[in-house]
Amino acid sequence: MADADTAVPVVPGETKLRKFNINFGPQHPAAHGVLRLVLELDGEIVERVDPHIGLLHRGTEKLMEARTYLQNIPYFDRLDYVAPMNQEHAFCLAIEKLVGVDVPRRGQVIRVLFSEIGRILNHLLNVTTQAMDVGALTPPLWGFEEREQLMVFYERASGSRLHANYFRPGGVHQDLPPALIDDIAKWSKAFPKALDDIETLITGNRIFKQRNVDIGVVTADQAYEWGFSGVMLRGSGVAWDLRKSQPYECYADLEFDIPIGKNGDCYDRYLCRVEEMRQSIKLIDQCIELLAKTPGPVLTEDGKVAPPRRGEMKRSMEALIHHFKLYTEGFHVPAGEVYAYVEAPKGEFGVYLVADGTNKPYRCKIRAPGFPHLEAMDWMNRGHMLADVSAILGSLDIVFGEIDR
Amino acid sequence: MSTEALMALGEAIQAQSAGAVTGYKVGYGELSMQAEAGRIVELLTMLRDNREFRFRQLIDLCGVDYPDRVQRFDVVYHLLSHTKNARVRITVRTDEDTPVPSIVPAHPCADWFEREAFDMYGIFFSGHPDLRRILTDYGFHGYPLRKDFPMTGYVEVRWDEALKRVVYEPVKLPQEYRHFDFLSPWEGAQSALPGQGYEYVLPGDEKAKLEAPKADAAPKKEG
Repeated sequence: MADADTAVPVVPGETKLRKFNINFGPQHPAAHGVLRLVLELDGEIVERVDPHIGLLHRGTEKLMEARTYLQNIPYFDRLDYVAPMNQEHAFCLAIEKLVGVDVPRRGQVIRVLFSEIGRILNHLLNVTTQAMDVGALTPPLWGFEEREQLMVFYERASGSRLHANYFRPGGVHQDLPPALIDDIAKWSKAFPKALDDIETLITGNRIFKQRNVDIGVVTADQAYEWGFSGVMLRGSGVAWDLRKSQPYECYADLEFDIPIGKNGDCYDRYLCRVEEMRQSIKLIDQCIELLAKTPGPVLTEDGKVAPPRRGEMKRSMEALIHHFKLYTEGFHVPAGEVYAYVEAPKGEFGVYLVADGTNKPYRCKIRAPGFPHLEAMDWMNRGHMLADVSAILGSLDIVFGEIDR
Repeated sequence: MSTEALMALGEAIQAQSAGAVTGYKVGYGELSMQAEAGRIVELLTMLRDNREFRFRQLIDLCGVDYPDRVQRFDVVYHLLSHTKNARVRITVRTDEDTPVPSIVPAHPCADWFEREAFDMYGIFFSGHPDLRRILTDYGFHGYPLRKDFPMTGYVEVRWDEALKRVVYEPVKLPQEYRHFDFLSPWEGAQSALPGQGYEYVLPGDEKAKLEAPKADAAPKKEG
């Protein structure tokens, strides 16, 4: 594992240099999946980091070129599997842009509601595992308890806890049952208390602060030039959130704040994430209020893009034909290229979609926010101690499903 | 941004680019520009530093394959300007042998994106500090996202209990790879685009070509 450079001759009066090469991962509890870091160490100081990625590469982009648009949505759940619906959202937005289909108001609200649930799902996991990376064990357990409830909400809406496949071009698959909306409202009342509890464990904790304050500092300029987005950018003091600056869906009508950091270190990024969860609660509450006020369809009524309702199929021949055509041939997307993006919990998640007028994408490039973040591991870690590697990695918020695609 | 504003932005960039931008268009509310591959670094540096644009962030870089073209690859750059709140897409063309200048000097984060484009398409980037494969397996051959690369790949791996190690073997499929072509001949034929490698001959139409070549010139029945 560690091979020592023994060839260095020792001159009297000079200490003998021993550089280490260490393999961090691919199976390491702090590697957040399958990451292999080749670390070059001088004593305990990190001199170079070479991340080897691709151990979870499944060729999603190639597979997508052989499937219809509707069949491709589930692939997006499997990218960042911590917040699945946010990814689907970007793909649906790309298709909607090309096809030119509008999402009904209620569909938009449900999308925003579940995007924010996804954000909390993601931040709960990240914040607590970041604490675990530096030695705390209780926060993840408390965090997972809350995540479990959120995943039950996912299940009650879409039928599955993780691989939701709930967003569709033109809206969402089904309306939410009223009981579910009530339960989400109840949960959002209770969650701030749970978040306070988690914060008492971490925020003021001396060990957590010692391990995170002033570690992995990113300046705003660095964040720009390394393609950072999301919390990584905001932690460095850049007020930039796509939900505010280039709003999509009904974000423009909702009220929320964007927390930004000051120092750009791991601790600021942690604080940003915690505050973002509180803002997400605010958004969820507003969405629940809006849902009560906006009845109506959740999926576009355009039979060329969205399947007809079951009951309609029993009566209308045309609906039956639409259903058959949609689930065999799929809909055709006019030729063109679009780039659609969402503010995913980890940063800007984008889909560059090239359509050639057939029922399958010609090319779909998935822009994962974690990809440029992980790329920055090298310079972020230089000069830090070996133990800081896992703290920095934890604050980057890495999930390999989306990086390796 | 409105279409007019995007057109104005495109016009301004083209005017400032000293001929590096060969054309631009606005579609679906997005600005796409075509540029000369050889001058991409110059163009991106100008877009980054010019106070009028401030496209400081490279959001994405990827390849697209059009096997029917002589210059079969597109390299697509997506830029974002935080101060102007604008996005622009820049496309350059290249083929299998001609390298595109690496834009790492202008945007350091292009490092991995270019490695990925090289890995997936075999597009070369000249002046790249470390052009290794990134996503595929150690010792992988071929460029998987090219259109002529089969979906199944060429090798498969399995754990060999006797040898106690992972072995690589040529792909053996117990049944033929099933490709379902659900494209309706009627709509599919209409949407087939020239030059994109997709041509749908309506069932029976192939006979016209065989028997009487002149009948081919007859106008096709629509719908």
